[in-house]
Amino acid sequence: MEALLRVENLGKRFGGFVALESIDLDVAQGERLGLIGPNGSGKSTLVNCISGTLRNETGTVQFDNRRMDGLPPHQRTRLGLARSFQLPKPFHSMTVAENLHVPLLYTVNARHETHLSNAAIDRRVEELLQQVGLAEKSGRRPRDLTQIEMRKLELARAMAAAPKLLIADEAMAGLSNAEVDDILTLLVKLSEQGITVVLIEHIMRAVMSFSQRLVVLVAGRKLADGPPQDVMRNPEVVRAYLGE
Amino acid sequence: MGVTLDLFLNAVTAGLLLGGFYAAVSVGVAISFGMLDIANLAHPAFIILGAFVAYILNDRFGLDPILAGILALPAFYLLGTVIYRVYYYSFERRGEEALRGLAFFFGILFITEVALILVFGVDYRFVTADYIGPSLHFGDVDLPMRMVVPFAVSLTMVGALQLFLSRSFIGRAILAVSQDSLALKLMAINPIRIKSIAFALSIATAALAGSCLIIIQPVEPSIGREYIGRVFAICVMGGMGSFPGMMIAAMLLGVIESLTATFYGPSWSPAVAFGFLLLTLAFRPAGIMGR
Amino acid sequence: MRTWIFWLVAAAVVAGIFGLTRFVTNDYFFFAGYVVLQYVVMATAWNILGGYTGYVNFGTAGFYALGAYSSVVLHKLFEPPMVVLILAGGLVSGVVGLGMGYLTLRLRGVFFAIATLALAIVLETLITNWDYVGGSRGVYIIRPAAAPFFQGGYIQYLFLVMLILAGMAVCVARSIEHSKLGYGLATIRDDELAAETAGVPTLKLKLIATVLSGALMGMAGAPLPYYITYLDPSSAFNLALAVNSIAMPMVGGTANWIGPVLGAVFLATVQQVATVTISSALNLLFVGVILVSFVVIAPNGIIGWFGRGKRRRQG
Repeated sequence: MEALLRVENLGKRFGGFVALESIDLDVAQGERLGLIGPNGSGKSTLVNCISGTLRNETGTVQFDNRRMDGLPPHQRTRLGLARSFQLPKPFHSMTVAENLHVPLLYTVNARHETHLSNAAIDRRVEELLQQVGLAEKSGRRPRDLTQIEMRKLELARAMAAAPKLLIADEAMAGLSNAEVDDILTLLVKLSEQGITVVLIEHIMRAVMSFSQRLVVLVAGRKLADGPPQDVMRNPEVVRAYLGE
Repeated sequence: MGVTLDLFLNAVTAGLLLGGFYAAVSVGVAISFGMLDIANLAHPAFIILGAFVAYILNDRFGLDPILAGILALPAFYLLGTVIYRVYYYSFERRGEEALRGLAFFFGILFITEVALILVFGVDYRFVTADYIGPSLHFGDVDLPMRMVVPFAVSLTMVGALQLFLSRSFIGRAILAVSQDSLALKLMAINPIRIKSIAFALSIATAALAGSCLIIIQPVEPSIGREYIGRVFAICVMGGMGSFPGMMIAAMLLGVIESLTATFYGPSWSPAVAFGFLLLTLAFRPAGIMGR
Repeated sequence: MRTWIFWLVAAAVVAGIFGLTRFVTNDYFFFAGYVVLQYVVMATAWNILGGYTGYVNFGTAGFYALGAYSSVVLHKLFEPPMVVLILAGGLVSGVVGLGMGYLTLRLRGVFFAIATLALAIVLETLITNWDYVGGSRGVYIIRPAAAPFFQGGYIQYLFLVMLILAGMAVCVARSIEHSKLGYGLATIRDDELAAETAGVPTLKLKLIATVLSGALMGMAGAPLPYYITYLDPSSAFNLALAVNSIAMPMVGGTANWIGPVLGAVFLATVQQVATVTISSALNLLFVGVILVSFVVIAPNGIIGWFGRGKRRRQG
């Protein structure tokens, strides 16, 4: 079966610095993929290249059998490729609910197949807020939210875009155990709804329990790619993490 | 044919001399915008201010304009420190640089120009010095001394800054902060203080650049506006913060402006720089050297 | 309030204000009023791109002057009615805005801002070198003997024209605010990267805002030749206009349509008084100081200043 997301030979430099080199990555429909690597290994750069925020110099990104070359991020999101940001980037001048209006208005309603009325949009926003547990904060501004609530909003906004594939970029960093479980449950639910999820994380227990497959990135190169248990036993991976 | 070649050579030479001066004018912005990411739109106003300071010292006390510029350096450095402090506390700290910071500097540009008009009026002012008037001659090519001296002073200033940035501790800290503020913090150097020094330096350059300006041509308060485009065009074309790139861009602009003025008329000159800027922004924002 | 109701109310206000002014006999009132209303249009137009979208335009004088000079050209060609001049001014400025936007809106906001400044100077240089419209010497425009469909002096007619334009500009601004476009522009202002990722076509929206903003400014400039009767580049491209267009929304508040109106009325009136009583140069200095002060102390303008207190109390 054709992969939903296919990254081939992707490379990205910043001046003289090689951030990514020859990255090959396939993500199958419905898969739960974990992406790990030490700080600075290029994980966020990879996400940015896949989502279109950054332009890769070499290689291609294919999503849903379409080449993404030169497509701006908003078009990729409309095609079903969503991502959340490592550091939450909410729309500060809008309420929590309005933050979710945006992807519904601009992504979901931009697709030929769907058109939600204003009432339907409001209902969907309610639904999403319930799912992430932010229903009571619907009318508040992002600056009134706690760290974890901002993370949830960030995820909710990506979910609102009704994606086929969601890349969650370090959504759990700095959260307590209970909060990590919260987010994890959310992601599992998404996966059960048929959404392909790529989880980028440092928190190993979350990654291990969530992922069906694990990819390791070190210094801009893919080091390992396979079932989580196997990957974690790979001596090179162990060295990359512990030998530093 | 001979006349045209003559004109051409003289235009190119004048352009190169002008370009050297443009480098001095732009080096401040290369630091504040290229390295510190502070879009100091008001820099040209400070250059005009420097020109008028040189004018006063020359007119009242008969001081040589270059000497006046050097004497004014500490005062301008102090001015830069104050402005950076205000800028930092109002904008950089809050993280809202974009819109507000630009409006802030635009306002300062405006205030400076109007204040100068209030004090000096709209007449052109000029300085007198022994080297304004005579020219050097090399065959058919004339080198007016009033352009050669600023050219030399400008190159010296830019060269000295380059040395400072690459050799001294603070200089290298400035280069570092332009690339990675976090790394600097980890080295227990306060990036704010470094940025303050860098910005103050950039304003200080305006003192000398201004005195060079008034040697080259008479000055009146609103001339600053022509220089906004030149300064940012050179900074962007030069690759934002790269001194060699800036030199090349400055020379290029100087030559093209000079050729335009010679063959099409001086009233087109302002458009050259701005046209360059627009084109560069549109097609090669990373500058000629390209990062 | 539904949008179409707002348009009706605005129309009523315009009619009302005009009705009241019919009792004014001093022509100076109309001369000064024209300037104030013109600033309402300019400030509102600037705010669409500046306040709603977060992209600063320093070259407002350029768009304004394009409107004025396209009127000059059309006047010399066949003296069309005012409506045509205004539409033409809007069209020319809108198209130029589109072109410049297309070249520079893909860059960071700060480059766009510098580019707008560059554009204004390039335009000024081009006009200064164009003899057909008078070049640097300027051009004299003779006002028509009588205004169409109108009882009264020509200057009162111009006042009415600008009053209608001001009403229109405010309506356009408000319509944007409460529309899907307004949402999109706000996201661009808040976090362009996140907006793009959420599906907002940022380049397209920025272009729309630039064109609307530029067109409105061109329309504001179109009647200028008739108002001023002697037009030269320095009066069309004046820096005071550029600074005021930014200062007024910043003082009044950039979040919605009321801010620019308040700021324009306040600052323009103060300046009219100051120019007459003190000097025009000091008056300009005053505007510059006001701009810097507000930018530093009250970045959200007068309205924002009050809004802050209100939010604190709500907790």
